[in-house]
Amino acid sequence: MLHIVNKSPFENRTLDSCLRVALNEPGAALLLIEDAVYAASKSGSFESAMKDALGKVKVYALWPDIEARGMQDRVIEGIKMVDYGGFVDLVAEHSNCQSWL
Amino acid sequence: MTESTGGIDFEDEDASGVIKKFMFVNRKAPYGTIYALESLEVVLISAAFDQDVSLTFMDDGVYQIVKGQHTKAIDVKNFSPTYRALEGYDIEKLYVEKESLEQRGLTEADLLVDVQVMSSAEIAKIMSEQDVVISF
Repeated sequence: MLHIVNKSPFENRTLDSCLRVALNEPGAALLLIEDAVYAASKSGSFESAMKDALGKVKVYALWPDIEARGMQDRVIEGIKMVDYGGFVDLVAEHSNCQSWL
Repeated sequence: MTESTGGIDFEDEDASGVIKKFMFVNRKAPYGTIYALESLEVVLISAAFDQDVSLTFMDDGVYQIVKGQHTKAIDVKNFSPTYRALEGYDIEKLYVEKESLEQRGLTEADLLVDVQVMSSAEIAKIMSEQDVVISF
């Protein structure tokens, strides 16, 4: 399943809830978009949670949102960047998806 | 009070250019919601009224002034360069909460304007000295 998160992890518990559930599922994928891309940045409070997630599921972040927020040089290694076309591919590749609003 | 002004005294202290201390508190990331841009609009308007204006950036608000924002691909206006223009409107008191930077792995060098980095305690003091605090 593809899990999509769009809220800043500092302002909202959405990412925590998503990870709590999604990390139990082998083969799950997580896509960070909009303000959730802040979770992909190095040396912040969420770095260890993201590294833990990377050991269990695939993690992607939407490059246009990373770039808009000036996070392009701060992304944690192992998180794969996708553009809008890649976003569509991820949705198509997975049997289903959930947007954690 | 005078008859000719309908009872309104234009020499009254409130109407004669009292300068108040206004602080705008910015706590939201720049593009996920409209708050950051709206705050900036109000700050620029406030500059026209010759008041004592300061801005505080804390929580996700610190992301508003991070360097290197390129918004072409999300098709949204990049308003971050405007923070650099505030100096030209005599808005030079920009405060950033140290704890918020640290939680996000950011340092003063990652910011696109000159700011004063302050602890929560220092922010509390300066906030309590304001006449008006407007929160975004």
